[in-house]
Amino acid sequence: MATTTNNNTPQTEATIPGLQVCLAREEPVRLDCGIDLKNINVAYQTYGQLNESKSNAILICHALTGDHFVADVHPVTGKPGWWSELVGPGKTIDTDRFFVICSNILGGCMGTTGPKEINSETGKPWGLDFPGVTIADMVRVQARLIDHLGIDKLFAVLGGSMGGMQVLEWAAKFSDRVFAAIPIATEARHSAQNIAFHEVGRQAIMADPDWCGGDYLSHDIRPHRGLAVARMTAHITYLSQSALHRKFGRKLQERDVVSYGFDADFQVESYLRHQGITFVDRFDANSYLYTTRAMDYFDLAGDYDGALANAFRDTKTRFCVFSFTSDWLFPTKASREIVRALNAVAANVSFAEIESDKGHDAFLLHEPEFFRLMAGFIDGAAELHGLPRRED
Amino acid sequence: MMMHESQRKSIRVDLQIIANMIEPGTRVLDVGCGSGTLLDYLVHFKQVDGRGIELSTEGVNACVSNGLSVIQGDANIDLKDYPDQAFDYVVLSQTLQAMNNPKAALEQLLRIGRHAIVSFPNFAHWRVRYHLGLRGRMPVSENLPYQWYETPNIHFCTIKDFAVLCKEMGIKVERSMSLDHEGSAIRRVDLTPFLANLFGEQAVFLLKG
Repeated sequence: MATTTNNNTPQTEATIPGLQVCLAREEPVRLDCGIDLKNINVAYQTYGQLNESKSNAILICHALTGDHFVADVHPVTGKPGWWSELVGPGKTIDTDRFFVICSNILGGCMGTTGPKEINSETGKPWGLDFPGVTIADMVRVQARLIDHLGIDKLFAVLGGSMGGMQVLEWAAKFSDRVFAAIPIATEARHSAQNIAFHEVGRQAIMADPDWCGGDYLSHDIRPHRGLAVARMTAHITYLSQSALHRKFGRKLQERDVVSYGFDADFQVESYLRHQGITFVDRFDANSYLYTTRAMDYFDLAGDYDGALANAFRDTKTRFCVFSFTSDWLFPTKASREIVRALNAVAANVSFAEIESDKGHDAFLLHEPEFFRLMAGFIDGAAELHGLPRRED
Repeated sequence: MMMHESQRKSIRVDLQIIANMIEPGTRVLDVGCGSGTLLDYLVHFKQVDGRGIELSTEGVNACVSNGLSVIQGDANIDLKDYPDQAFDYVVLSQTLQAMNNPKAALEQLLRIGRHAIVSFPNFAHWRVRYHLGLRGRMPVSENLPYQWYETPNIHFCTIKDFAVLCKEMGIKVERSMSLDHEGSAIRRVDLTPFLANLFGEQAVFLLKG
């Protein structure tokens, strides 16, 4: 695989390992906001081997704060890849059989062009001069990457949450290039409640004086406090009430009595603070603003006269939609809307609601039933796509 | 994970009768498909483009993990989402009597499908008549295993009742069979309606709207 190193790669953070390619050198990508973007760096990882007929490629789309380190140790946190339970040799997404691709999204902060990267025209970080991006824009760039890899048709596209939005976008706009689509714990349009939570996160970032109107990189500081609060708020929405209760209850943190102050008395506070503090090491505040905005703008039916079913008319893609019982951020109701739209065009769709008390986060965790169903769907689809069977 | 070939070959006789009514290579929707036995058979032996709807989580999980296209849903609610004539056959196997509105369901089946195949337990079987007529009790048998207070079957009918309803609704009965629960004593309802209604524990109807 030819990997293009790009001279414009900024050195503002430790250099990130992995593959990188500069796309749209000749033909720019027309973004939804109307701007033509050229020379887009895309950071990505691949696992497994592309077969001769190039028919075994699976694209994984990552979520809001995910990245392309799906199944290998994360270069910043040192933790296992975010879907390493699911993806790997002999696993549900078996890298001995499939060629798995995951790229950092447009507007991201792990190597793909985004607000923290250098704008080659000014020689400075983009900051808020970076154009507003949408889920569709992210998918346009992914499609360029798939072109670059010489793949006409993906065997499968899968992802959860914002990754699921990209899956739906792929299935709607590039239906001929997707044999199977697996949108997980997602929705076809961002709800008012979810926009509201994102706005709280953005306001926390922008209220941090170190944000400097978005220009913090030029001042060599970071709005760590604002970004940490944004993460803390968001993290609550990823869990369920019962999961929080089971994990922490009202247990106190390294003390027997309350302090009558505002230190982290409770374990849950300490946990959230930890989540916030560790997040800022690996994520860029402006990227958080841009990416949450892209999710807010997502309304797939909007591109099809308000009728979601029209997005999937005449689709040949096989769908498998998953939701989780305790996910209140992207509830089953939202998945059912997708299923209803697919049924309305008699698309080939499977749908299962997985029993779990782990909230939205469940899609990232080892849920045996979820993995079993996913394996069944993938094996069934692989057989129809002429790919060899799983070896028992 | 995939089902064994030998398991596939020996499906229940009533399912086999349904399968025999379906032309190979067609589009089939199995409403209330359970763990997918019929659907799996049809996909593999009749090369149908098969889909299912199933209410129970266990059923859906069994189907999807076996590579079948099945959604978790409620036939009482979700049938209306499908477009007109989207399938060649819509199968409703042993489910009609558990539906909120069987008549509306029949209309939906024939709106969605060119044909509908409906199977149901016959409440006029002689053993049911004996339970009710002589013993004065609601029947409980291998075929109808529930007590009255726990049964999901809220709309029992007889073979005759069903035939009358089809006539009222202007539905054409293309084929109709009665059989006992072991699948023997198969009768054509149109040729021997009285015997079918007395000795058939269940019936399978192939309908056209």
